[in-house]
Amino acid sequence: MARAKFSVIHAPQHAEQSLRLDPALTERWLTAFLYDEIVKRRGMRNAVVGVSGGVDSAVVAYLCAKALGPRSVLGVRMPYRTSSEESYTHAGLVIRETGIRDLVVDISSAVDGYLEQEADASPRRKGNVMARMRMVVLFDQSAKYGGIPVGTGNKSERLLGYFTWHADDSPPINPIGDLFKTQVWQLARHLGVPRAIIEKPATADLIKGQTDEDDLGISYEKADRILQQLLTGYTLAEITEQGFAERDVQLVSQKVNSTHWKRHLPTTAVVSATAINEFYLRPVDY
Amino acid sequence: MATPSANGAMRVDRQAVALALVQFAPRKGDVDANFERVEQVFEALRHDREGFPNVITFPEACLSGYFVEGGVRDVARAAKAVVDRLQKLAARACGKNHAPFDVVLGFYEDDAGKLYNSALYATIGQRSQLRHVHRKLFLPTYGIFDEERFVSRGRGIEAFDTPHGRAAILICEDACHAISATIAALRGAQIIYIPSASPGRGLEDMEPANVRLWRDITRVAAAEHGVFIVYAGLVGFEGGKGFTGASKVMGPFGDLRIEAPFDGAAIVRTTISLRDVSVARAALPALGDLEANLAEFSVMLDEEVERRPSGGRKKRK
Repeated sequence: MARAKFSVIHAPQHAEQSLRLDPALTERWLTAFLYDEIVKRRGMRNAVVGVSGGVDSAVVAYLCAKALGPRSVLGVRMPYRTSSEESYTHAGLVIRETGIRDLVVDISSAVDGYLEQEADASPRRKGNVMARMRMVVLFDQSAKYGGIPVGTGNKSERLLGYFTWHADDSPPINPIGDLFKTQVWQLARHLGVPRAIIEKPATADLIKGQTDEDDLGISYEKADRILQQLLTGYTLAEITEQGFAERDVQLVSQKVNSTHWKRHLPTTAVVSATAINEFYLRPVDY
Repeated sequence: MATPSANGAMRVDRQAVALALVQFAPRKGDVDANFERVEQVFEALRHDREGFPNVITFPEACLSGYFVEGGVRDVARAAKAVVDRLQKLAARACGKNHAPFDVVLGFYEDDAGKLYNSALYATIGQRSQLRHVHRKLFLPTYGIFDEERFVSRGRGIEAFDTPHGRAAILICEDACHAISATIAALRGAQIIYIPSASPGRGLEDMEPANVRLWRDITRVAAAEHGVFIVYAGLVGFEGGKGFTGASKVMGPFGDLRIEAPFDGAAIVRTTISLRDVSVARAALPALGDLEANLAEFSVMLDEEVERRPSGGRKKRK
């Protein structure tokens, strides 16, 4: 009898969970979220977005314009005197391309008014003051404009703790907070965000020449894949076995584990059986 | 069954059931407002060109919204009170002398202070009848879910007779356990109603991953047991969590009869023939095969119960 020939089919070595998004579905989902949260739930019409010139706020501006119509979105540029000219120009480009309303508020005098009394403030402290001042502006403009501030923090920076507490994270709604940075880039391409904004190095632009990846010590491309594995429940050893450098896995893990507090409301001493959010539990939209 | 008609020709009794499945976003915590939406559904169906349906299925927790946490105390209602209210709404929307129709509706239930995530089956007419209340057994309490912190578990899956076939109800995660549909089918259900509230997640393909999962779950359960599955899902966002409706009727061949979009309020309609249950079961006698081996499976299940650390619970006599 002739010998049977079998072809052996191998599965890929490791079926790493994909960070791929269907951008059209994601756009549909997030614009529905914005419309539901702003119009249906709160009965408001307008969104206020701080447009920095980076890809995160660009994506949020595009989504808000699609969800509410561009004239219902106020894009606020808030340069400080040391902010980069390129960021300002790119923010203007986003506002022009989306057709949202344009407002420029220079925060230099407000920030300096405080920092003049703090001559030895470190660059980190100065950056935090700028970030918090921008939120002061956004919330105030929301009150003036009859709108709601919309957050622009992505999941990668939220997990790595790479944001100023009670600043970037303070707007009551955020459409991209569950998207990793690399997913924000995917969505940005789909939405038509200008390539110059997508392809430039991400930066908080709080210090001249600063980039996110230099600050973090790892690229978003690597960090996101490690974060995805961590959050799915794999151990550090298992992630390292998949071919990631031990140093990178440790770095990401350490950043996540040292910043859980930044992803929560302030800790309140519980002294009763009716403590808010401990015993007395009502959801945010109740 | 084929029976001779008046002119002598053979007539097939198709046991037609006109179904309507409703998906909408409840107003959070506002039971009165959500009853109003139910009334609006009755009104819309009253004017529908297909005529009023026999059975209308609403989603899980549709009188309050799903994520209510401690607010469940405020929004829970007694099953009888829900039926009384439905009767009033139907009389207002359809006139006092409307023909009876059946409703399957998910709500948080208050049974003398005991709280459940329940769904009722009632016939609504001049003399309304509460035919069954199913209390959700599998309360998801992981990840974004926290049900067991706020409501108690149900204890059983029953099948019950209705004017439109023998039915059973499972609520959302109840149906994720294959054994639930098996119990319902063994108890004679021809139609399994599944009110659901499924938060969307997984946006890597053209539709949310949970929509595909529910299509698979209902397809397999329907085909394996030769039953119709009527699945109605909440829609809208609650605190950032967007529910995927995709309300659907799965036929007993595992054939998708109709499915609503995953987002947006909608009423979907189709008329089914319960005769298809018999045809499907004859074509794929999986349920019959299971019944033939049921004793062995019962022994295996008992052995597994005994093996668990909690110790073997005494079998109910």
